[in-house]
Amino acid sequence: MNLTTRYLGFKLRTPLVPSASPLSEKIDNIKRLEDAGAAAVVFHSLFEEQIHRDHHDLNYYLEQGTESFAESLTYFPDRAEFKVGPEAYLEHIAQAKAAVGIPIIGSLNGSTFGGWLGYARQIEQAGADALELNIYSIQSDPDVRGEDIETHYLNILAAIKAEVKIPVAVKLSPFFTNFARFAREADRNGANALVLFNRFYQPDIELETLEISPNILLSTPMAMRLPMRWIAMLYGRIGANLAATSGIHRATDALKMLMAGADVTMLCSILLRRGIDHIRVIEHEICEWMEEHEYESVEQLKGSMSQKNCPDPSAFERAQYMRALQTYPAAEI
Amino acid sequence: MNLNTVERVGLERQNPPGRRITKTRYKTLDANEAVARIAYALNEVIAIYPITPASPMGEWADAWSSRVVKNLWHTVPEIVEMQSEAGAAGVIHGALQTGALSTTFTSSQGLLLMIPNMYKIAGELTPTVFHVAARSIAAQALSIFGDHSDVMAARATGWAMLCSASVQEAQDLALIAHAATLESRIPFLHFFDGFRTSHEISKIVTLSEEVLREMINEERVHEHRARALSPDHPVIRGTAQNPDVYFQARETVNPFYVACPKIVQRTMDRFAELTGRRYGLFEYHGSTDAERVVILMGSGCEAVHETVDFLDAQNEKVGVLKVRLYRPFDAQAFVKMLPSDVRCIAVLDRTKEPGAGGEPLYLDCVNALCEEGRRDVRVVGGRYGLSSKEFTPAVIKAVFDNLAKQSPRNHFTVGIDDDLSHTSLDVDRNFSIETADVVRAQFFGLGSDGTVGANKESIKIIGENTDYFAQGYFVYDSKKSGAMTISHLRFGPRPIRSTYLISKANFVACHQPVLLETCDVLKDLAPSGTFLLNSPLGPDRVWGRLPEAVQRRLIEQRAKFFVIDGNKVARDAGMGGRINTIMQTCFFATSGVLPAQDAIEAIKNSIRKTYAKKGDEIVQMNLRAVDESLAHLYQVEVPDAVTPGTSGPNGELKRAPEFVRNVLGEIIAGRGDRVPVGALPNDGTYPTGSAQWEKRNLASEVPVWDPAVCIQCGKCVMVCPHAVIRSKAYEAAVLHGAPSSFKSAEARFPEWKGLKYTLQVAVEDCTGCGICVDVCPARNKSEARLKAINMQPQLPQRERERENWNFFLSIPEMDRRQVSTDHVRKMQIQQPLFEFSGACAGCGETPYIKLLTQLFGDRLIIANATGCSSIYGGNLPTTPYTKDANGRGPAWANSLFEDNAEFGLGFRVSLDKQQEFAGELLQQLSPQIGRRLTTEIVNARQRDEADIFDQRERVAELKRRLESIGGPHAKRLLALADTLVRKSVWIVGGDGWGYDIGYGGLDHVLASGHNVKVLLLDTEVYSNTGGQCSKSTPRAAVAKFASGGKRGPKKDLGLIAMTYGNIYVASVAMGARDEHTLKTFLEAEAYDGPALIIAYSHCIAHGINMTTAMQNQKAAVNTGQWLLYRYNPERVQLGENPLHLDSSAPHTKVADYFKLEQRFKMLEMSEPRAAKELLAQAQADVNARRALYEFLATRKFNATPNS
Repeated sequence: MNLTTRYLGFKLRTPLVPSASPLSEKIDNIKRLEDAGAAAVVFHSLFEEQIHRDHHDLNYYLEQGTESFAESLTYFPDRAEFKVGPEAYLEHIAQAKAAVGIPIIGSLNGSTFGGWLGYARQIEQAGADALELNIYSIQSDPDVRGEDIETHYLNILAAIKAEVKIPVAVKLSPFFTNFARFAREADRNGANALVLFNRFYQPDIELETLEISPNILLSTPMAMRLPMRWIAMLYGRIGANLAATSGIHRATDALKMLMAGADVTMLCSILLRRGIDHIRVIEHEICEWMEEHEYESVEQLKGSMSQKNCPDPSAFERAQYMRALQTYPAAEI
Repeated sequence: MNLNTVERVGLERQNPPGRRITKTRYKTLDANEAVARIAYALNEVIAIYPITPASPMGEWADAWSSRVVKNLWHTVPEIVEMQSEAGAAGVIHGALQTGALSTTFTSSQGLLLMIPNMYKIAGELTPTVFHVAARSIAAQALSIFGDHSDVMAARATGWAMLCSASVQEAQDLALIAHAATLESRIPFLHFFDGFRTSHEISKIVTLSEEVLREMINEERVHEHRARALSPDHPVIRGTAQNPDVYFQARETVNPFYVACPKIVQRTMDRFAELTGRRYGLFEYHGSTDAERVVILMGSGCEAVHETVDFLDAQNEKVGVLKVRLYRPFDAQAFVKMLPSDVRCIAVLDRTKEPGAGGEPLYLDCVNALCEEGRRDVRVVGGRYGLSSKEFTPAVIKAVFDNLAKQSPRNHFTVGIDDDLSHTSLDVDRNFSIETADVVRAQFFGLGSDGTVGANKESIKIIGENTDYFAQGYFVYDSKKSGAMTISHLRFGPRPIRSTYLISKANFVACHQPVLLETCDVLKDLAPSGTFLLNSPLGPDRVWGRLPEAVQRRLIEQRAKFFVIDGNKVARDAGMGGRINTIMQTCFFATSGVLPAQDAIEAIKNSIRKTYAKKGDEIVQMNLRAVDESLAHLYQVEVPDAVTPGTSGPNGELKRAPEFVRNVLGEIIAGRGDRVPVGALPNDGTYPTGSAQWEKRNLASEVPVWDPAVCIQCGKCVMVCPHAVIRSKAYEAAVLHGAPSSFKSAEARFPEWKGLKYTLQVAVEDCTGCGICVDVCPARNKSEARLKAINMQPQLPQRERERENWNFFLSIPEMDRRQVSTDHVRKMQIQQPLFEFSGACAGCGETPYIKLLTQLFGDRLIIANATGCSSIYGGNLPTTPYTKDANGRGPAWANSLFEDNAEFGLGFRVSLDKQQEFAGELLQQLSPQIGRRLTTEIVNARQRDEADIFDQRERVAELKRRLESIGGPHAKRLLALADTLVRKSVWIVGGDGWGYDIGYGGLDHVLASGHNVKVLLLDTEVYSNTGGQCSKSTPRAAVAKFASGGKRGPKKDLGLIAMTYGNIYVASVAMGARDEHTLKTFLEAEAYDGPALIIAYSHCIAHGINMTTAMQNQKAAVNTGQWLLYRYNPERVQLGENPLHLDSSAPHTKVADYFKLEQRFKMLEMSEPRAAKELLAQAQADVNARRALYEFLATRKFNATPNS
C-alpha cells in the first residue's frame, strides 16, 4: 500500500505525524516514534513567554534578600553565565536531528515580534527541517479589533517567512470570525501549511478549593469534527498544505481527515494514552481498510470527500443547530 | 573548558616579564575578593568553611573552581568544604604534610578552632598562609564586626602575623605572605580588618601573573614537596616526646624566627622592585621631627595617616607608626623606624585583654623600647575600635591631644563614653578633615530595594571609567526583614584613606520615604549639599509632607533638593520594587560626579555587562528604567520657611520600661554609639520582651480579618512567622469598652460555646509577607478571591488597629489548663512567647519556635546554636522572646556554633542535679515542712499543664513555709525550690550546626539518654552566612560551596538517631501537615528521654516565593523529598513498631518540586546535563529512602525491649 504523502515539501512515508507534545521532550521517545513509523515529528513548543518568565524569576530570586544583612549579602554562588534562553531547546533539536532520519519540525510560540523572528532563526540554525508557528493569545481587551489581531498574526508570519528558509506551517485556532478569509490570507503571506486546529489550556473550577485550575484534557474523537469541516472546505482552495490535528485516535479518523483533504494527520492524545507503538496499529489498520476498500494510495483518497469533491458540498456549511431543527417533525416544534 | 586561569581571577598577563613591571591596571573590588584572587592563584588545596566576614573568600574560591579556573601553575585548585574550621585546619595540615600548597580563610571563632592545628603546623615548620578577616570574639555577646581579638588569641601559636590596612595592602601582602612563608618555612597568618577592609570596595592596582611568578620561588615549592610525607622516602612526624628532650626540641626552631623578619623585608623589597609599591615591617609616616607618635595596625592606620597629614600641616609634629609584621616582632626594626625626637607614644590596640598589664601590641612596644634602650620615650596604651567601632579623625586627634598632656592617660579607651571606669578620652565630635575635592555621598535604603547593589555598581563605574579613586562602605541592619542600609561612597583624586563613615556628605539620597520618619537621614548633609528623595509625591506636593525636621535641615543647609517617584518608574519598567537602577541614574544626574551624558552611557554599559547573563529581557528592562528615570526626575525649590508637616516617630517606646526606653531605645534610634558604658549590663544579661516596643511599620499591606468568612482554624496564627496574628476566646463581657472597630465573632467550637472569638493583627509589627493569606482555607462565598484574611494597605488602618491591638492585649489569656492542645485550631489561642523577631519576611523557622513557646514557653530554657535563630532571637536592640502575664517565659542563651548540644545538656544535668538536691533537702526538712506537702511535691507527675500548675502552687506554699522555718537547710532549699517545678530544656539550631559543626556533640548528647529536646530547623543550607552547602543540602541543589549543584545525597540525620533506639525522632513540615507538627512537639516533650525534631524550614536562600512557601513544604512532602514520620521508642514496649511513617506514598515526581525552587532550577540553567543526571539521582534517592522507611515502619515488633 502506498501511504506516502507530501507535507511542507517533504515526501513522507505515511501521513501519520506526532504533533507537538511532551513526547518529543526525550530523544529516546523521538527514536521510538521513528521506529514505530512516525513520518515526521513536531517538537513541543518553545514558549517565548516562558523564557521571559524564567529570566524574570532568575533575576528576582538571585536578588531576593540580598544586600540587606551583613552576614548574607547574597544567597547564591556567583555564576559566570546562565543558559536562560532557548539553548536547551535548540540543543535538543540538534540532538534529535542527529538521532533520527525523519524530518524534525520545530514549534514556536512567541510573545514579541522580535522574539518570533529571533527564535525562528535560531530554530532553523539548530537544524530543524521546518517550523510550526503556534500563534495564539487570549485577547481580552475590548478595544482591540479582530481585524488588528489578524493583521498582527499575518505580519508575524510574513516576517518569519522573510527571516527563514525552511518551510513554515501555521497552527491556528478556529476562533476567527471568518476563518476562510484568514486561511486564504495566511496562504498568501507564505504559509506552507495550515495546521488545524490548536487546542488550548482551558480553565476549570475546583469546587472544593474554589480555585481555577488551567489544564488540558486529552482529546476525544469528537474533537476531529471541527478541523475536518474546515479542511474539507479549504481543500483545493488554498495552496498551503493542510494538516489535521485534534481527535485523531483511530485509523478511521485519519482516513476521514485524509478524505476531507488533509496532507498529514497528527497524533497526540492517543499516543499519550496508548503509547508510542500505537502508531503501528493505526498505520496497519489504515492499510487494512484501504486494501479492503480497494484504495491504492493515500494520494488517491486525499480530498475525495472534501467540499469540492463530496456528494453534498452544502453539508459542510450547515450550522449544527439548523440541522438539528430540521430533523424534528414540524408538528412537534 | 580551558580558561586562562589567572586572567579569570583578575591577574593580567604581560609580556615580556621584566624586572620592573609597571603597567598599571585598576580594579574596583573588596579585600575579600582581592585576597581570594591571590590565594586561589597560589594554592592547590583550599579548605573552606563559612564564617562572617571571611565567607566571601571561600565563596570566590569555590565559584572559580566550579568554572574550571586554574591557578598560577595552570591546574584547578581542589576546594574542600569542611564541617568546621577545626576540620578545615586539619585538612590543611594534612595537605601540607603531603606536599600540596594549601590555604584557608577564616575569622573569629573559626580561627579559635584552628589554633590547635596552628601550633602543629608551626611546630613542624610548614609553609602556609591563613587569610583572616579579623573579627571580634564572642564574650559578653557575639559580634560579627571587626577588631583584632581573634588574631591576638592566635599570637602564641608560632605563626608569623602580617597585617594589611587597606584593600590594596590586603592584596599585596597576601602575595608577600605566600612568598615569605615559602622562604622562611614559618606559616603566616595574614589578617585585615573584618568589614572595614574585607567588605570595603576600593579602587586598587591589581597584580599580574608575571608579578606572582617573580615573587614565588619555585625552588622553595620543590623543597616543600621534598619534605612531604611519602612511603617512597618515609619519615614520621608528630611523635610524643618526654621531659628529657621536648624542651630542647622546642628550641630548635629559633633560627627560623630570627631569620623571618629579614626574609619578609626582602620579600617586600622584591615586591617593590616589581610593582613600585613599597612596604616595611614597620612603616613610619609623619613629621621627621615628630614628638608624638601613634602606633597601631590594621585599617585604623589609614585614618591616622590622613589625620597626621592634616595635623602636620598645622605644625603639630606628629606621626604614625604602622605595624605590618606583628610576629615575629622585630624590636630593632621597630625602634629604628621611630623618629629620634619622639617624646611620647600611644600604642593603640583593637582588642581587649581583661586583667592583663596592657593590651598585646602595647606590651610588645613597651618591651621593644626597653630592650632597645629607648626608655626615654613615654608610652601609653589604649583600646579603640572594638567591633568596628568608628575610628575617626576626631577620635585620633583625641589620642594625639592626650599625648600632648603633661601626664597622658594610660590604659585609656577612645571612641566610647566610659562613665564607669572613666578610661575614655574626650573627643571633639565636630573635628573633621574631609577635603573639598572628595565627593562624599550617603544613601539610605532598604535591603529589598537594591540600593547597595546599585552603589557597588556606581563605584565600579567611577573607579573603572575615570581617574578618580573610589571607596564604598556599607552599613547594614541587625534585622533580616525590612533592613535599612546606609551606603557611604567617596570619590576623589587621591587614594582614599578615610576608613570611617562619612560625617559631612555633599550628596544624600533617601530611597525610601519612610526612613525620613525613623532616622535622621540628613544628619550629615553638608552645606549646599544635594538631597535626592524617592517619593510617590510629585515636586509640587512633596515639601509639605516632609517631616518638619527634614525641611528645617534642608533650609539650614541651603540644599538642592530633587525628587523622583522611583517606585512608579520601576513598576512601569517591570522591575517591581527594585529601584536600584533608577536611583543610580538619578545619583549620576544630580551629583555631578561625572558629566551626565558620560555617566548615563557608563550606567548602560554596566547594565549590559551585569545583567547579560540573566537574559536580554532583563537588560532591556533596566535600560528602559534609565531613560525613564531622567524623565521623572524633578528639582524642588527649597522655600525659606518650614511648612507644618509630619513629625514624631515611634511613640510606643515612651510606654516601655526604663531600660528599654533609655538604652535599647537609643540603639533603635541609631544613637547606640552614644550609650555610655555604665548604661549597659556588665555580664551580657538583657531583659526579654523588648521587641514589642519597636514598632517598625514595615509592611505596605497587612492581613485584615473577615469574621464572617473565618472558620477559626488557627492556621494563619500558626504559620505567622512574626506572631502578629493572634487569636483569643473570651467572655462576651470583655467587649464592654472595646474600640468601636474591634472585631469579634461567636466562638465556633463546642467547648467554647458562649465565648467570643477574635483574630487580631498587630499591623505595626507585621512584615507583610502574606503567608497567612496563602494558607487560609476559607473563602468568601460570594467573592471567592477573598479569604477570611486579606491583604490590605497598612497606612489607612494603622491608627485604628493600634488601638484594637492594645485592647486585644488587655483581654485575659485563657487559663492554660483549659486549652486543649490536641488540635491546631484550639491550641493556637495559646499566647506565643516569641514575637516580632527580625527574621526574614515569611521565615520558615520562626513558626516552629513560636509553637514551642506557645506549648511550653512558661517553663522553657533554650540553648540556641549560633545562626539565623540566634540572630533573630538575640541580636540587639530588641529580643523577641517574651513573658506571660505571670512574668514567666523562655530563658534563652547562645554559647557557640559548635557546642550547642553540649551547652543544652549542661542545662539539663544542672537542673536535674539541683532538683535532686532540692529533693534531698525536702526530705530532710520534711518534718518541718509537713509530710503531705513533701510527698505531693516529690511524687508530682508534672505531665500536663494542670500538673505543672498544681506543682507551682505546692512550691509556692513550700517557699512560704521555708521562710518561716529558717536555718541553713531551709535557706538552701529556698534557693533551689523553683527547680522542683519541671523545666523543659530545648536545644535549638540549624542544619549547619546539627549536621555539620555540632554533629559530634549532638550525637553524643542524644546518645546520653538525658531528657533534652532538640529542635533542628532544617533549611538545608547555612542560611545566616548566605546559603552555603551543608550536609543537609539535598542532592542537585545549588548552594554556595556547591556551585555546580550538590553531588551527594542529603545526610539522613533522623535515621542515624533512630539507630540508638532510645531517642524520640520526628521529621515534620508545618506547611505539609500542621497537625502532625503539633503532635510531634507534644510527643517529644512527653517522652522521658532525648528527642530530636527535624523541621523542614523553607528559606529565602532556596530562591522561592516566600508568600507561598508553605506550598513548597507541601510539595516536598508530596514528592517524597521530605518524609513525615515519628519514631517513638515507647511503642516498642507495647509491642508496636516504633516508627510511624506519616506521609503517604509520593504522588508526584521530585521534578515537580524542583521546579518550584530556584536552587534547583539554577542548575538547569547553568549546567543542564548535570542537572538532568542529578535529578535522576535525586529521584532515585527518594525512591530508595521511601522504600527503606516503609520497610522499617512495617516490621513486626514484639514487646521485648531493644527489639
